[in-house]
Amino acid sequence: MSTDSRLDTSKIATTNGTSAATTSKPGAAGSLATWADDRLGLAAAMKKNLRKVFPDHWSFMLGEIALWSFVVLLLTGVFLTLWFNPSMGHVTYEGSYDQLRGVGMSESMSSTLHISFDVRGGLLMRQMHHWAAMIFVASMMVHLLRVAFTGAYRKPRELNWVIGCVLLLLGTLEGFTGYSLPDDLLSGTGVRAADGFLKATPVAGAYMSFLLFGGEFPGESIIPRLYIIHVLLIPGILLALIAAHMLLLVYHKHTQWPGPGRTEQNVVGYPMLPVYAAKAGGFFFMVFGVIALMGGLLSINPVWKFGPYDPTKVTAGSQPDWYMGWPDGLLRIMPTGWESVIFGYTISWNVMLPILIVPPLMLVVLMLLPFLEGWITGDKRDHHLLQRPRNAPTRTAVMVALMTFYGLAWAAGGNDIIAIKLHASINQITYFMRVAIFLGPILAFWITRRWCISLQRHDNDKLLHGYETGIITRSPDGAYAERHLPISESAAYTLTARDRDEVFHAGGDTDAAGVAAPNSRSERVRARLSSWMYSNNVQKPTRAELEAAHHHAEHEAELTSGLDHPVDGHQFDDHRLRDTDEVPLRDH
Amino acid sequence: MSNDNLSDNTPAAYESHVPAHREAEPIADPGLPPHTWRPTDVDPKAEKRAERQVAAMFIAAMISAVLFVVAYFSFEVGDNWDTFAGLGASTLTLGVTLGVSLLLIGIGIIHLARKLMADAEMVEMRHPAASPQEDRDATVAALNAGLDEAGIGRRPLVRNTMIGAVGVLGLPAVVLLRDLAPGSALDVGRLAHTIWEPGMRLVRDVVGTPILASEIEIGDLINGAPEAMFPTEENGYPELEGAEEQSEKAKGAIIIVRMDPDDIIPAKGREKWTVDGIICYSKICTHVGCPISLYERTTHHVLCPCHQSTFDLADAAKVVFGPAARPLPQLPIKVDEEGYLVAQSDFTEPIGASYWQREKQS
Repeated sequence: MSTDSRLDTSKIATTNGTSAATTSKPGAAGSLATWADDRLGLAAAMKKNLRKVFPDHWSFMLGEIALWSFVVLLLTGVFLTLWFNPSMGHVTYEGSYDQLRGVGMSESMSSTLHISFDVRGGLLMRQMHHWAAMIFVASMMVHLLRVAFTGAYRKPRELNWVIGCVLLLLGTLEGFTGYSLPDDLLSGTGVRAADGFLKATPVAGAYMSFLLFGGEFPGESIIPRLYIIHVLLIPGILLALIAAHMLLLVYHKHTQWPGPGRTEQNVVGYPMLPVYAAKAGGFFFMVFGVIALMGGLLSINPVWKFGPYDPTKVTAGSQPDWYMGWPDGLLRIMPTGWESVIFGYTISWNVMLPILIVPPLMLVVLMLLPFLEGWITGDKRDHHLLQRPRNAPTRTAVMVALMTFYGLAWAAGGNDIIAIKLHASINQITYFMRVAIFLGPILAFWITRRWCISLQRHDNDKLLHGYETGIITRSPDGAYAERHLPISESAAYTLTARDRDEVFHAGGDTDAAGVAAPNSRSERVRARLSSWMYSNNVQKPTRAELEAAHHHAEHEAELTSGLDHPVDGHQFDDHRLRDTDEVPLRDH
Repeated sequence: MSNDNLSDNTPAAYESHVPAHREAEPIADPGLPPHTWRPTDVDPKAEKRAERQVAAMFIAAMISAVLFVVAYFSFEVGDNWDTFAGLGASTLTLGVTLGVSLLLIGIGIIHLARKLMADAEMVEMRHPAASPQEDRDATVAALNAGLDEAGIGRRPLVRNTMIGAVGVLGLPAVVLLRDLAPGSALDVGRLAHTIWEPGMRLVRDVVGTPILASEIEIGDLINGAPEAMFPTEENGYPELEGAEEQSEKAKGAIIIVRMDPDDIIPAKGREKWTVDGIICYSKICTHVGCPISLYERTTHHVLCPCHQSTFDLADAAKVVFGPAARPLPQLPIKVDEEGYLVAQSDFTEPIGASYWQREKQS
């Protein structure tokens, strides 16, 4: 497996001992491993995996944040269950919090207050749990963007992408069920809105609502039911899917960025034991530590300020947790009166579209992205080298358009807050959003694609003409020109380490024998999409183009070599051509 | 087909995948750069320093963890959640000591990995995700042999009845969920009715006192409730408990406003539903059921804070802005002999969010 498993460790960690390790006497670890292997037979699998290579890049850490915040959620969550009482039974609060003492509320609200005010570390754990949940969902989303923007979802990783999308959905639902549990005024308002969403479901909506709530809203069943969904059902599925996600990651081996010596056939990086394990393990403690600091220093979801749920009350500026904001925003910008009555039955488009149709549709679109791309390109190869976002301009632009849609919907979900902060009219903001939600993504798509393509041109310029030094020279006849210097060989190789895009051309409508080709219509669609995706992309230069450009550059250099001395006051500027062993070329 | 997939993953496939216009890479792979030693590898002083730094972080982490225990026993919890910088002393100190301890352990381990563990990158070869072709063939053969021996394919009667039997087993699974709302709790017809009935007094919410028509000034908005939510011996309403109380409370909430009678645009059939400019609507938004709350007296508009649906109370609570589709249901009111506001009847349509069979129930 490893081509240089025998590393030169001559100079490493001499403090660990200077004599070479021998196999004569198995150490404590050795005997333990023998004992375990006699019973479990894991050595065959471990031999490969203990020194498994993981490539290193900061962006590979985003998914790790999600993983570790999930572990923090499990730990803090178990702590909270020791006191939390998921019951809607009515009690009078008699705890430490003065302002609510004597107020009637559900046992779940009362026990939440008990955790917050009468259990030492309870409020810390509550706040850590809530912050960890926000970080969990946020890091999954950013991780998803990283995977999409770099094309890491291409074959063979499409299924892991789908698992990731399901994890995001489940994480969101887990968050909603979790913040609904304290039965405070804010979360109760959210639950009532959810009841409205259920009721908007055609045919069975009212029955679904009654079944979930155990009768008419609000009933006395919803909190215990959400609780078991929150602490058992969804976490169980999350755990299983996270395990599958990790197993596939190990099986496929992690993607890597192209570079000298980093190809589609290998993976270059640090071994699991010790470096990667230490870094990942250390990172767990860091994520945990940051969440602990946030839990101690940043107040979140102060339910005692909202008070217990009362179905006749609401607070202005009611906002769900941030990841629920975008469907809420779509809900807010629906035009007035989108409801139809057909044969005496009510269809609430104003709720169905923004909640029951668009968000699931977005999720399906997201899940299908790698399959759509694979179908358009017809590329059946495995891909392990990541692409820079600029080198897939259409994909990058599609993702930015989706992000823009998401961002605008999310902003619309805070239209009341924006109106207050900016002293603007909420009506005007809403009218603006109704248009922007359509135009924004189109504009974002167009700008992003052009931006990517000009960055591709810039890369080619660097390859062909070198990087811009910022030094302006004046020729004897008075013309000004900027000096360009060649980039290093490794930088140049890295820039060219990408595939040339091919535009798919559909064959004729009929084959050679004059029989209509099967799928010719879908082939034509595919050809059109392929042309739309790739025909504007800038391809890397050919070897001939590169050689011609370098030849030209050498000629230029000869012409200007006599001028290669800085003017007074610039003798020490760091821009002279240096190509010695001590001072390599600038790594642009 | 499967053969193609396999060969696609070989290095040769990467070269031959593309038709003739593909040419050799413009720049040859220079290969991995040589490994360079870190200061900690070659300078014993730097190595010792890194060792001391890591150990110092671990020691500081221990101290912080001990401080956590000290803070746990030193600071009281209770109703002093904002004693220090808006935060409770206990929560703050526990969070900071725990966080610092964890962070120091994390940074210490990563520092150890970066400075003192081997940092030479290793190369591992990848393998296609697909299994070798002989494994695939063997698996397909085993599958076919198994199916063949089972004989399911040759006995469609057995196959179809088996699929049917397992499929019908879905029914018990679904039916078992029926009693999530047991018995009459699933009667969705209840959505069409509230506790309001002819002659029931309108009372102020929270306190439950009846409302004299003469008390209300023009421009006032009162949050009201049905008198039945405040049962006393005097009014004789039965005591409500638990789920029933909550759902009646959730449905029966009203707002009562008084405006200049000339401002009211009379709605057909509702001419007698008001008392001298006093008009009463359901408080529950017809969008997804939030209680509406923000009243602007000059325009007679009331706004739902959840999704900003805005209703014109002077014009039969017509929706003037926002996503709601229907006006707020109006409660017909009159005054009783003592001058208190009472309902003429229940609402004449279901209150709150829309649902499929709503029109049938109206």
